[in-house]
Amino acid sequence: MFVIGEDVAKLGGVFGTTVGMADEFGAARVIDTPISETGFIGIATGAAMAGMRPIVEIAFVDFIGVCFNQIYNFAAKTHYMSGGQFKVPLTFMIGYGGGYNDAAQHSQTLFATLAHVPGIRVVTPADAYDAKGLMHTCLRDDNVTVWMVHKRLWGLGWLGFPLPKALATVPEHDYTIPFGQSRIWREGTDVTIVGLGLTVHNALTAADQLAAEGISAEVLDLRSVVPLDRDGVFKSVAKTGRLVVADEDYLSFGVTSEVLAVIAERDPSVLKAPAVRVAYPDVPVPFSRPMEEFCLPNVERIVAAARTTMTRGKR
Amino acid sequence: MGKGPLPGEMHQSFGQEPCAVGVCAHLGKDDAVGAGHRPHHVAVAHGVDLNKMVAELFGKKTGLSGGRGGHMHLYDANVNFFSSGIIAEGMGPGAGMALARKMQGKPGIAVAFVGDGAANQGAFHEVLNMVGLWKLPFICVIEDNKYGVSVSKKDSTAIDRNSDRASSYALAGEYVGGNDPDLIFAAAGRAVERARRGEGGTILELETERLHGHFIGDSGAYRPEAERKAMKDPIPTYRQRLLAENAATPADVAALEAKVQTQVDEAMRFGRESAYPDASDALQRLYA
Repeated sequence: MFVIGEDVAKLGGVFGTTVGMADEFGAARVIDTPISETGFIGIATGAAMAGMRPIVEIAFVDFIGVCFNQIYNFAAKTHYMSGGQFKVPLTFMIGYGGGYNDAAQHSQTLFATLAHVPGIRVVTPADAYDAKGLMHTCLRDDNVTVWMVHKRLWGLGWLGFPLPKALATVPEHDYTIPFGQSRIWREGTDVTIVGLGLTVHNALTAADQLAAEGISAEVLDLRSVVPLDRDGVFKSVAKTGRLVVADEDYLSFGVTSEVLAVIAERDPSVLKAPAVRVAYPDVPVPFSRPMEEFCLPNVERIVAAARTTMTRGKR
Repeated sequence: MGKGPLPGEMHQSFGQEPCAVGVCAHLGKDDAVGAGHRPHHVAVAHGVDLNKMVAELFGKKTGLSGGRGGHMHLYDANVNFFSSGIIAEGMGPGAGMALARKMQGKPGIAVAFVGDGAANQGAFHEVLNMVGLWKLPFICVIEDNKYGVSVSKKDSTAIDRNSDRASSYALAGEYVGGNDPDLIFAAAGRAVERARRGEGGTILELETERLHGHFIGDSGAYRPEAERKAMKDPIPTYRQRLLAENAATPADVAALEAKVQTQVDEAMRFGRESAYPDASDALQRLYA
């Protein structure tokens, strides 16, 4: 096993993800690369095919635009195209998300871009416990896995951390969290708010506000984009009868659309009111503070969406 | 090809055989080989299972990948072989296999075959920089057939010799003209020894000929007629030389050619007669 990427050794990762690892494991296994994403992702893929288990850091998900060919035309397809002869146990560790005015090329979320490619598993934890459990699951998997963490959940004060509910007791012992298993953070009876990553925290705050208005919201954290816990989503919505989906990725053709498709395909009659999506509008991330805040799937937009589902449908 | 037994397009290797043979003669099963969208001669030379390869070309269940790959995506894990249909895409995975061997202390080197067009791709340069930086046991073989589909090398490439690019990456660079199996064999031997001794990588640029079009159905009419007429098929040329230099008797040559023809006939029969996969197998093998 080795870690490879830009600034992972001497700096310990742009967001501090690999601090101390080079000292502990040595420069041969924690490898600083040139700024050559296509090159080092290709190299990591070949090493994985030859029996290694590389972890590739891409600090900003935006940078997959530079190297996407190696991910989606080669790494993701090699197991299938080889008829199962070559495994690619490769884990990407990727930061995403905005809210700190880093503008259009350093703030995207892009779950859907990665999730759209067959052969890649995509997960995103909302707290420290899930972060370790999902990472351990990725590292044990024999496929291409993408472990994505919202930058505001990575524990850095200058990005607005800590979010109180993102802190959790993390056991020293080894544990895993299966792919495709959502987590109910808060039970409710009137409306299901589906989120993932940072939007789980926004949904929890929204649920507090809604409770004060007498609306009981259930907060479901997908944790895993691929595979998606379709059963878990349907079960919760069948119980509450109302659905809000909150995601920081672009609105169209994304996680929010897929969650709505679950209900539409299984049984739309469980809905007492039309579902509402709270996602990033289909524009690049603007720089200016008021413009970016306007676009984010923040607490206010989630609360408003939940109210809408309560007023538009039959009660 | 539309309705014939071979589905899809087909990039043929006619004329480029000396590159594959001259390099792969130095390699064993521990050595990894990656090829591009025109992979067949390299696959055969590296010892990929011929029957399974042909069955894969026909899209049959008995193919290398059970029909999921096709002619541009040939994989044989038994001899550490892979190919990719995207230009220069095999550079990174090839170098990664070299890195894995180095990290694991295992024997073997890695070789990626690309065309001259690949030298203008970003992956080519990014990977060779890291090969030089980390002294990986890796050889980039450039089969210079002078064309990227219809665009000639002189219309696409700012320098005459892509092996000159080795100096940018602290690699050895060697050019071999003439599509000559013996000269290629000798130069490849030097590159392979350098890699095996841990002295680093090489760009091995081999002049060759694309005797046919880019794929079956491409007449190559965009090439000057004089240039097309001047191309020589290296196989009869080499046969003639072996006989002229008394390196082989006509009987030796005839026996060898008959043996190879039998293997090819058997592979074609195996491929044609094998069954197609169940259509729903399309949904299997996505994940390990």
